[in-house]
Amino acid sequence: MTTIDRRGALKRGAALAGAAALPLGVPALVQAQDDSIRIGHITPRTGFLGQAGEQGFRAATLAVEEANAAGGVLGRRIELVAEDSVNPATAVNKAQKLIERDKVICLIGEVSSASALAIAEQAARAKLPFFNTGSNSDALRGQNCNRYLFHIEGSNTMYTKTIGTWQKQKNLIKGARWYFLTADYAFGHDLFRVSSRFLAENGGIVLANDMVPTNTADYSSYILKLRSLKPDYVYLNLAGVDQTTFLKQYREYNLPFPLTGGVMDTISFWAAGLENLSGTWQSLWYHGIANKDAQAFSRRFLAKYKLPPDNQAWGDYVGVRIALQTIAETRRTDAASIVQHLEKGATFDLLKDRKGMFRPWDHQLLQEMYVVQVKDKARSKDKWDIFDVIEAVPGPKDSFEVIQPTQAENPCRMT
Amino acid sequence: MTSCPSPLLLQLFYDPSLLALLLEQIVNGLLVGSFYIVLSLGLSLIFSLGGVVNLSHGAFYAIGAYLAYEAEKRVGFFGAMVISPVLVALIGIVIERLFLKRLYGKDPALGLLFTFGLALVAEQSLRMIWGTTGLPFSIPDALRGQWIVGDFIYSYYRLTILGVSVLAVLGCWLLLNRTPFGLVVRAGVRDPEMVRALGISLNPALAAIFALGVGLAGLAGVMSAPLAGVQPAMGSEILTAAFVVVVIGGLGSFWGVVLAGLLVGVVRGITVFGCPPGAEASMYLLMVLVLLFRPRGLLGERFEKFE
Repeated sequence: MTTIDRRGALKRGAALAGAAALPLGVPALVQAQDDSIRIGHITPRTGFLGQAGEQGFRAATLAVEEANAAGGVLGRRIELVAEDSVNPATAVNKAQKLIERDKVICLIGEVSSASALAIAEQAARAKLPFFNTGSNSDALRGQNCNRYLFHIEGSNTMYTKTIGTWQKQKNLIKGARWYFLTADYAFGHDLFRVSSRFLAENGGIVLANDMVPTNTADYSSYILKLRSLKPDYVYLNLAGVDQTTFLKQYREYNLPFPLTGGVMDTISFWAAGLENLSGTWQSLWYHGIANKDAQAFSRRFLAKYKLPPDNQAWGDYVGVRIALQTIAETRRTDAASIVQHLEKGATFDLLKDRKGMFRPWDHQLLQEMYVVQVKDKARSKDKWDIFDVIEAVPGPKDSFEVIQPTQAENPCRMT
Repeated sequence: MTSCPSPLLLQLFYDPSLLALLLEQIVNGLLVGSFYIVLSLGLSLIFSLGGVVNLSHGAFYAIGAYLAYEAEKRVGFFGAMVISPVLVALIGIVIERLFLKRLYGKDPALGLLFTFGLALVAEQSLRMIWGTTGLPFSIPDALRGQWIVGDFIYSYYRLTILGVSVLAVLGCWLLLNRTPFGLVVRAGVRDPEMVRALGISLNPALAAIFALGVGLAGLAGVMSAPLAGVQPAMGSEILTAAFVVVVIGGLGSFWGVVLAGLLVGVVRGITVFGCPPGAEASMYLLMVLVLLFRPRGLLGERFEKFE
């Protein structure tokens, strides 16, 4: 065999790899028209959060297409410049590229709390608004808050208090014994802290908490263990693929202890399949809510992408719409005007019954969330129809602050 | 809040009834271990004979799961369990004949680079064909349910995995030790030059072993699909575990892989009992300990070509 053969084989492999990688690079290469308004989209589209990120990218694309079809904003076309932020280090590079080279007017996206923190630092340095559409960590809204960082995604506290408020009403917490399973990284630790605090404050008992490494493929050992502990409830603080895997294996053992948890991502639940789901959960947004704007958005998304929007798609779609509405209302694209408008309490249609607005002192979008219950299989219309929406939290007459961290709980001090 | 050492472990010292729970974990570890064996056996075979460090082993595992997803819709789960590994093996033969055969006996880095690239291409292809989102795949109705013996609980599905794994391991052993083909393979593992000198071509054996190896990975993919989900990154996530098992068992050793797979499963179960955050780290710690005292792995033999 000659060296040419060897090199030939390698070249062929490299060509294949290049061909496979190409579609991801394309959006960034598209050149802008001169007077268009550029929005930077940055989110993980590969790696363990890639499934959610891809949904976000699709939704942001749809929002921009619809805006352009309606004539753009201020008579100018909108252009989405999209980048894949695989990990925090890449996120920093891509954020810098979007800010310095593409001259975007704001950044939208992210799922990972670690990457979001890195991007937020870059955006703050460049004095550019960053709309976080998928990172839940309380710390981002707390000690790491800054004037240019806005949160469309709910915080861990919001997720916890949504399900917790409902459980408290149903008297499920007081005296009940809870077993926790928690993802062993920043997000999980943060979530365990706020969820166990809420339970303890309301008379619940934390029976045990097991920290689980991410990407665990086998949960049988944990399930056998919790079976012997006989808790009243199992509380899941896992995310992404780990959530899917646990749900499937928990169903495998058919244990009687009801499931609930500190976060629910529709995409992980879809991947598990309805027959493997059980329990009562919370949702930031679900395509089955009875709201006609939500239904219309779901139909448009479904027509384009052959699957309904999940909570992540909702976040990026609403994120782009909030940015565009702000530009339209202020008639300006500079950061100072945008920030000022948002802090002054501008209200936004969120594809939910109540309009939302940003809390001025920590920039969290105040909004409704939902308690959802896994649907009876017989009544499910298709493979995405997995939940019954029980109720919106806070209720129609309650203050948005019910599920928010109080100023005492949140150390955010903006300068 | 730290959960290591776990309260259960401390309780064990004054409450012997917990020993039953520990025993349950150990037995469960053996079940989990049987899955690791099927996953890693092919990797070990391919390395032993062809000298190729197959970094695309995880990709074949993922392809097995995806093909099973398609096959299950048409022929049911049990049909998928047969068809999918066979298809994966056929893909393996094509890749071996087109590319990999050019790399045998060359600098091992070439095989490494090729299979690494292959894994990236495969993962991206899965994304392009089936989408980035995970696909639902459930335990077939016939295998749902649990077998409860006293305090112990076993799912029928995992017992089925155990059965299939035992069959797969026995089948491979018989193939390698009781057939003329196996004789050529074993001779090729020890001394390929001598086999060639005797006028026996190793090429068919190399292709067959690669196909068998990746077919086993495909089988592991099918078995894990109902438990761990079907998603594009599943292959790269499992690859490291497969390597750890092979290294602990010892390169080139059939029973080494079997022993190491069971050990990894049991050690992991015990760690979940005693120190949950260390669950994933436990297999690496085991590897470090084994390598410190037996650098060739538990049952690794001294072969001239590996020195």
